Amino acid sequence: MISTQKLSISYHGRTVLRNASLVAEPGKVLALVGPSGCGKSSFLCALNRMTDLLPGARVSGQITFDGQGIEEAFASPVELRRNVGMIFQKPNPFAMSIRRNIELAVREHGRHSRSDRQRIIESVLRDVGLWDEVHDRLDHSALELSGGQQQRLCIARALALKPQVLLMDEPCSALDPIAADRVEQLIRSMRGQYTIIIVTHNLAQARRLADHMAVFWICEGVGEIIEYGETESLFRSSANPLVTSYLSGRSG
Amino acid sequence: MSGGRFHASATTPTRRHQIPEFFTAVAVWMAAGLVVATLAWILIDIAVRGISQLSPSFLIEGVEDAGRAGGIGPVLFSTMLILMVTLALAIPLSLATAIALTERVDQDSRFARNVRRCLDVLAGVPSIVFGLFGNAFFAIMLGLGYSILTGGLTLACMVLPILIRTSEQAIVAVPNEYRYAAAALGLGRSATLFRVVLPAAAPALMAGVVLSIGRALAETAALIFTAGYVARRPESLLDSGRSLSVHIYDMAMNVPGGGSRAYATACVLVALLLAINATTTLLLHAAGLQGRSVGGKG
Repeated sequence: MISTQKLSISYHGRTVLRNASLVAEPGKVLALVGPSGCGKSSFLCALNRMTDLLPGARVSGQITFDGQGIEEAFASPVELRRNVGMIFQKPNPFAMSIRRNIELAVREHGRHSRSDRQRIIESVLRDVGLWDEVHDRLDHSALELSGGQQQRLCIARALALKPQVLLMDEPCSALDPIAADRVEQLIRSMRGQYTIIIVTHNLAQARRLADHMAVFWICEGVGEIIEYGETESLFRSSANPLVTSYLSGRSG
Repeated sequence: MSGGRFHASATTPTRRHQIPEFFTAVAVWMAAGLVVATLAWILIDIAVRGISQLSPSFLIEGVEDAGRAGGIGPVLFSTMLILMVTLALAIPLSLATAIALTERVDQDSRFARNVRRCLDVLAGVPSIVFGLFGNAFFAIMLGLGYSILTGGLTLACMVLPILIRTSEQAIVAVPNEYRYAAAALGLGRSATLFRVVLPAAAPALMAGVVLSIGRALAETAALIFTAGYVARRPESLLDSGRSLSVHIYDMAMNVPGGGSRAYATACVLVALLLAINATTTLLLHAAGLQGRSVGGKG
């Protein structure tokens, strides 16, 4: 379980998100929705401390992992990111072979024999439904794959580290509808095994995928979470009129 | 009426545009053709005048009668030694500097800007000045004398600015997505650099190295004061040795009747440069490192 208490993020002194508190339950899918620029992606980046890489970013507040602060739960950002995987909006496989893309991080994080690695590669490629498509060209460049295949390879690459949490930043938005559908099916099939936090602008997708949903909004120029709850009940009725009109497609 | 005028104004601009369009095209193609023709002329001229002197023994035999007879074996050997010294120092130093400038310090920091300014100034320094410096510092102050080592170190100083700038650009050109992806996979800073960033930058890094080799092989002025022009085969790095370009200069300027030998040596030098270029391209191709593109195929 991963949760945040009063998380605020600023870039070069300008606050983009304040007082964000929510809980992502284990094995469930949590969707973060809301208009652009309200701090959803920044929130996601704070969870695996990718914010460390962004110039001028400052994070305050608490992030806890199974009840422990992430600083105590993980010795280093490297350790944290092994347990909290991330998928980006644009598929970003390395310009290497399909095999090497998966092996790279696995090799870095422990001693595995050649056959171990081969087993990991096959199992994660099967998990993302890519094995049958690529098993005879594992040594070809990953850049030869289509966009949708690349995105599934990126998911496989993250799964190879056996993470507990997967953070996904609009994983389908750069893909064509058919490829997007494949990735969505994949996310649905991973429910129960991983805690998934997904940023999406596609409300229908959020409704199809997510158990819980957090609605972000810009209040006085700063992002905030204005609603959090079970997806279906939020779509049916929300106490907040902003949320009701956003989820029904009348605003945002 | 207005209809007719409309018609006229619709056709004249196309015709009015066509003529300058034609002349621009001709001018551009002629300029490009002129460049190719000049290069071809130089190459053919060198080949025609030099090739008759070329033979396997020319590449092996020692220099005799001040170069009028014999071959260029020791010269070729010295050239390779000088080049090795140059690269052995210049590659690690410039790679480390380029990494520091791109991955370690803020790109726009005062430090990075000052280092870049220094490099730009250094790149503009005439090679003869590098030669004088090499002579004063390496040969006299450090006591290395006229030697392969002094020559190689001086050339290393000379190619450093180009090599650092090309390496820096090669590393900067690696998309940030790669760095984020690597970080998200729990790769530390060094692992990201060595496993992801540098392999992705390798083709461009190699291009910089080839460019530097070209500069180093072509250099004459900086070597006369540092490596010297003893045409014997050097016994150690502390011996003086004559490089191909110095040999060409000597044959053409100081040795009456050495002209055709100078051309033959030039043939070897040009062939060497072309071979290095081709080998690099082949190697990169074999490593599958050509044509880095981000984004899928469809």
